Amino acid sequence: MLGYALRRVLTAIPIVLLTITVCFFILRLAPGGPFDGERALPPDQLRNIRAYYHLDEPLVMQFFRYVAGVAQGNFGPSMVMKDFTVARLIGIGLPFTLMLGFTAFIVGTVAGLVAGAIAAVNQNRWPDYLLVFVVLIPIIIPNFLMANVVQLVFGVYLHWLPVGGYTPGAWLNLVLPVLILAMPHGARVARLTRGSMIEVLGTNYIRTARSKGLGARLILARHAIKPALIPVVSYLGPGLSYLLTGSLVVEQVFALPGIGKYFITAALNRDYGVVLGTTILYVFIILALNLIVDVVYAWLDPKVRFR
Amino acid sequence: MKITQVLKAVATAGALALFMASAAQAVTLNLGNGSEPGSIDPHKASGDWENRIVGELFEGLAAEDIHAQPIPGQAESWTISDDGLVYTFKIRADAKWSDGQPVVAQNWVDAFQRLFDPKTAADYAYLQYPIKNSAKIGSGEITDFSQLGVKAIDDKTLEITLESPTPYFIGALTHYTAYPIRKDIIEKFGDQWTQPENIVGNGPYKLVEWVPGSYLRGVKSDTYYGKDSLKIDEIKWDNTEDLTAALNRYRAGELDILTDFPADQYKFLQDNYPGQAHVAPFLGIYYYVLNQEKPPLDNVNIRKALSISVLRDVIGPDVLGTGELPAYGWVPPGTGNYEGEQYLPDWSKEPYDQRVEEAKKLMADAGYTPDKPLKLQLRYNTNENHQRIAVAIADMWKQIGVEVELFNAETAVHYDALRAGDFNVGRAGWLLDYDDASNTLDLLKSGVKQGDTMNWGNNYGRFSDPKYDALLDQASKELDLVKRAALLHEAEKLAMDQFAAIPIYWYVSKNVVSPKITGFEDNAKDINRVRWMSKSE
Repeated sequence: MLGYALRRVLTAIPIVLLTITVCFFILRLAPGGPFDGERALPPDQLRNIRAYYHLDEPLVMQFFRYVAGVAQGNFGPSMVMKDFTVARLIGIGLPFTLMLGFTAFIVGTVAGLVAGAIAAVNQNRWPDYLLVFVVLIPIIIPNFLMANVVQLVFGVYLHWLPVGGYTPGAWLNLVLPVLILAMPHGARVARLTRGSMIEVLGTNYIRTARSKGLGARLILARHAIKPALIPVVSYLGPGLSYLLTGSLVVEQVFALPGIGKYFITAALNRDYGVVLGTTILYVFIILALNLIVDVVYAWLDPKVRFR
Repeated sequence: MKITQVLKAVATAGALALFMASAAQAVTLNLGNGSEPGSIDPHKASGDWENRIVGELFEGLAAEDIHAQPIPGQAESWTISDDGLVYTFKIRADAKWSDGQPVVAQNWVDAFQRLFDPKTAADYAYLQYPIKNSAKIGSGEITDFSQLGVKAIDDKTLEITLESPTPYFIGALTHYTAYPIRKDIIEKFGDQWTQPENIVGNGPYKLVEWVPGSYLRGVKSDTYYGKDSLKIDEIKWDNTEDLTAALNRYRAGELDILTDFPADQYKFLQDNYPGQAHVAPFLGIYYYVLNQEKPPLDNVNIRKALSISVLRDVIGPDVLGTGELPAYGWVPPGTGNYEGEQYLPDWSKEPYDQRVEEAKKLMADAGYTPDKPLKLQLRYNTNENHQRIAVAIADMWKQIGVEVELFNAETAVHYDALRAGDFNVGRAGWLLDYDDASNTLDLLKSGVKQGDTMNWGNNYGRFSDPKYDALLDQASKELDLVKRAALLHEAEKLAMDQFAAIPIYWYVSKNVVSPKITGFEDNAKDINRVRWMSKSE
């Protein structure tokens, strides 16, 4: 197991290098640069700025300068958030994103699993119908609209919760953002759990268990849950990576710190350093999550272990 | 002790506690500031959302009053030589930095040298190019910084020499590019000097927190000379990039001021929060540039047809919904140093139907009819409002025999194409850097030859008329403000009569201000310093 994990980690290195290379050059091929705004800068000024960020050097040299920097943990400056280095931006945003993402992940996953299991056990009865309807809502309605609705209802009309903003320790400010992030995730988990649970409950070995007289609750706990989880677990990896990186809307609507916005805005602003920094981070997150999912797979399904 | 005495004591203690609690309760202004600041370094900031922060943390020789007009700031007085070239400033004796050190003339010498130093790569250094030798230092032509026209005579006397008389120079000194800096702090902390733990400013507030993507927080500075008159103890600049969410926060009482709001909510605000949505003229122009370097828009009659067939009166009230005023000239109404009547062409007073007929005729003369239309590409940067206007104008042009292809791109790509001359018609906008007519008129100056290439600056349409250039040049040397204004008016008329571009509307500022706030006065620069505001509970 350990050797397997180690091998996976080592194969990550060429993947990261390849990502940096492809990303670096594609980014420079895109028209427009970080200093193309509403106003044309006087050429002298533009030349000074380009020299400041080494953009006047040959591209290949810039590339090696960047890779050498990354190897030493220096991801360079942000060209839009000029008072910050890429490392500092990520350093401030990442812990918050992780906290928000993991909380939403846990809330969504637990709620989704419970709801999905209840629906499967009560297949074609009212709890099932209710769930099938309810989980469609957060999947159909885009989250910026949903966020606006919960802000109006819980913040503006009922005054139960703060509408947005954040100060350290103000956990009440995080209730609505977590809710908005967790809902579509929970809905997907619930649908997957329900589907796979119904399938498992119809298999021969469950029928055997039932025929030998085991109680419904015991069958569920001992025989049905584990195999029913396999498709759910394979979704959890990408699901978590989405929660950790797709928080742009939630960050902007609720005015929260985090790195989700950089994935979008940095690319639009041609903030080269930030795009590369977040992409490298994203690659690491994906690789790490895939590894974890594979390990959990092996635990859930002995067949994977022996393959 | 009698029971009444006990009660009295309890009541007194209670009242005292209540008084102390309310005294300790700091007055915080929650300001919906718009975008995330990219930099609060006075030499690297570039947007109004940054100005709202930088301008509270620092103060220039001149500052803005409640109407954003220049008043003495760190300089208590100044004199100007008769030829208009030498300014001598007397710096306040009680001006101090937030670490307690006195503010001295050398701080400005250091600041201007840093601003123009090519190594600083300051975006807006050119705003202070009226200062002697500044442009040459910026381009690297002069490397001896002591030749810059900024000299410390003694600790409290600063002398600034200009290239040529500049009537708006005191106004330009209120801009953040003219704020003093602490060279020792910048040398000590490098790029990180603006972080809350390092920054030293001389303004009414000092920065204590910066959480990117969320907020910045400033508290009253104990060392500011005017600290006793400050009514707001703390400012929280909240990130409000999502305007709808920001309005929700305002409605819930979480924000006191919004510096923008969604245009489609203007009616709702007027109906439900009367008097709180402020829409006021703002020094800026929204316009379309026409590529005059190549056919067909090198033909002045086609440009005229395009311009006169735009029904500007519907853009502000109907297409946008916020009542922007129609623009027919090139200098926004209310711009400083611009005595005289506003440019208004005769055709703008004709009925619209008549204008359309005339435009049709002009197009037909050039060989285009609705059956054989002129095909034009209209480029704009991706934005809902730009799109609505482009669709409306494309429709207005259809009737005169112009078939418009709409093309949108993100901001960086859009301006890259405009600069490269790769367009027919393009959307652009200009907010004045300083309150002077030359600031917009300069946009239509001919390009300057640099090596093998022409540098057209912000003149995307590449309008070029030697007579226009000569008028602007003459105006820049004219000391008499009335004569100067007359020359500038003549230039404006010259360019507009040739349809150098299509002005569409004058910008407005859009703020939402809670009734709790006093001291917020709408002004054409949309600069509202917190030092003039107070907040009641």
